[in-house]
Amino acid sequence: MEKDPSNKKHILVALVEDKPGVLARVASLFRRRGFNIQSLAVGHCEHAHLSRMTIVTKGRFLDIEQVRKQLDKLINVVRVTDITDRSMVARELALIKVNATAATRNEIIQIVDIFRANIVDVSINTLTVEATGDESKLESLLDLLRRFGIKEISRTGKIAMARQ
Amino acid sequence: MKKTGAQILCETLIKEGVEIVFGIPGGSTLPIYDTLPQYPQLRHILFRHEQGAAHAADGYARVSNKAGVCFATSGPGATNLVTGIANAYMDSSPLVCITGQVGRPFIGKDAFQETDISAITLPITKYNYLVTETEKLSTTIREAFHIAQTGRPGPVVIDIPKDVQQEEVEFNYPEKIDLPGYKIVSRVHAVQIKKAAKLIGVARKPVIIAGRGVVLSGAYDELKEFAEKAQVPVVTTLLGLGSFPQNHILNFDWLGMHGMVHANMAVQNADVIIAIGMRFDDRATADTKKFAQHAKVIHIDIDPAEIGKNVPVDVPIVGDIKNVLRAINKEIETKEHVDWISLIGEWRYEHQSLKIVESEGLLPDYVIQQIYKETYGNATIVTGVGQHQMWAAQHYVYNKPNTLIMSGGLGTMGFELPAAIGVNIGCPKEAVWCIAGDGSIQMTIQELATIRQENLPVKIAIINNGYLGLVRQWQELFYNRSYVGVKLWNPDFVAIAKAYDIPGIKVTHREDVVPAIQKAIDNPGPFLIDFMVEPESNVYPIIPPGERLDKSLEIPPMETINKSKVMSYGKRSK
Repeated sequence: MEKDPSNKKHILVALVEDKPGVLARVASLFRRRGFNIQSLAVGHCEHAHLSRMTIVTKGRFLDIEQVRKQLDKLINVVRVTDITDRSMVARELALIKVNATAATRNEIIQIVDIFRANIVDVSINTLTVEATGDESKLESLLDLLRRFGIKEISRTGKIAMARQ
Repeated sequence: MKKTGAQILCETLIKEGVEIVFGIPGGSTLPIYDTLPQYPQLRHILFRHEQGAAHAADGYARVSNKAGVCFATSGPGATNLVTGIANAYMDSSPLVCITGQVGRPFIGKDAFQETDISAITLPITKYNYLVTETEKLSTTIREAFHIAQTGRPGPVVIDIPKDVQQEEVEFNYPEKIDLPGYKIVSRVHAVQIKKAAKLIGVARKPVIIAGRGVVLSGAYDELKEFAEKAQVPVVTTLLGLGSFPQNHILNFDWLGMHGMVHANMAVQNADVIIAIGMRFDDRATADTKKFAQHAKVIHIDIDPAEIGKNVPVDVPIVGDIKNVLRAINKEIETKEHVDWISLIGEWRYEHQSLKIVESEGLLPDYVIQQIYKETYGNATIVTGVGQHQMWAAQHYVYNKPNTLIMSGGLGTMGFELPAAIGVNIGCPKEAVWCIAGDGSIQMTIQELATIRQENLPVKIAIINNGYLGLVRQWQELFYNRSYVGVKLWNPDFVAIAKAYDIPGIKVTHREDVVPAIQKAIDNPGPFLIDFMVEPESNVYPIIPPGERLDKSLEIPPMETINKSKVMSYGKRSK
């Protein structure tokens, strides 16, 4: 499947019941049908007792469509949409702990400013950066910070929403 | 009014119309069993292994159109159900399995007989529950029955901790349930119906493939009307046998690995396939990439996830088959396909899939044919998995729905005996013949005790060839006749039956077949016949693995069967 040129990244947004075991059901389904979850983000949404999940996965359209239908079949999944080809807003949050010395600190702060990211923690040897954006923005920021020495990265995975 | 969890369970089961429960008690279900005598409306059938209870509930569900219910205790009781649950899941059979669980304070502590059965059964159930609040027990049971029996049916597990069974809470029967994520398509999509009707209208070589969905939907009359009005030949899947009368002029038997050559050729050469309540299983389609390459496919199924899963579909129609076919029948026009139907008839004549080799020996297909004759085709046949299953499918004639009960999707050896118990309890007026394999039946043979205890008139015919026959056949045909791990040392099955106080007879000669069957029929209770058939008979036709649907190997003429086999055909088995 990896070599298939039509293999592309898909973003599925699912409205699910906020009940124990729902995440296990979704994860189990992906495993059983032989798919990888690249990222999964879940949290409360505008409906009480429901959560919204954003799942990023990769595959051929027909296979993803099969996964979408299987997801939709889960009793706890109220609705699931593949928004990949729709106009949408997608964001991800990253926390990046980067080495910083007296000599490099200013340069790092300048880069962070350009990316409209924030410094959320400072220590003698490090700066912790909070950055939000789409994937390419975060990747470029990481590329620029890498030469200072990154100590730790934590990313939330994508959350996405179709535009009106 | 205050009731215990166990009482709430029993009362909700009764409200759901449950009459029979298949099970085995244990430490974690003691409160439920202690409550059972208060509810004589619930008849409990005691099994010897929980797998048996699950298969019986499955068999019961298939013939009674109600969910089958089974009880098992926590730990090994629950894990023993797993094969039965997986079997029901693959064949879309509605089960509600109630398992005991250790008390809530012990969950997660690796307590005695604790197993996380909801996690274990996650991928093989339509849904499952662990009940953590007694107040929600009744609603949970109602939801479980609703989920198990509606849409595409399937098994549901409810895991009930022992202290929930014991706890007393205020009990109000829930009038409503709320399942926001449970979607059943009820509306028929008019545009799709029109598209399908148009395609059927221009088809020159159409074929209907009818599956178990037709049986589940109860759409026999609608299917018949459709086939007759549009004059479309019908082939069925293995589990679709009985969905369309096999003696109907438009019936062309069943397709697949051991299906009839003419049925496979019809499908492979069709220009339009109307697939109804079937899921293009690999045993039905052979190589899916080469499956009916020139055909447009109309796929009718209640489960949207089945559409396009294995085979590309041109016109998908999601919905209940009965409703969909009614709508299609209104839309289509009367047609004729005389040439096409006679062509399939010619193929049937040219490729006589089921000709029997002339032999003095006791051949398995002969045995099945005699059972058919002696029961006037009116018995319900329940089989295990293996060669005997294929011969039973090939050589008995199924004109009515639910007359052939077998494990299709999972291929569970040992299904036959316990399932026959469930079938007999589900339709006590019908004669039930359990056609068993000598390998298959030994996986659940302890249920002879259940048959005896309940005195059920199940007739058991063991097609005894001393091998795990279907595996042996594959080793013969595709692994250079190198037999590994397939020769069975068998007990004396008649003596086994006798030990269970069930009369039986061993048959080794062709001329004794009919008298033995008559003796079984005349005997009012259970009866076992051990048919010592030719050890190396093969199931033909067979599509070799990886081959195209119309590339069946047909039964070879006698002279080409290798010498040792000719000799064994000629001599009588011990």
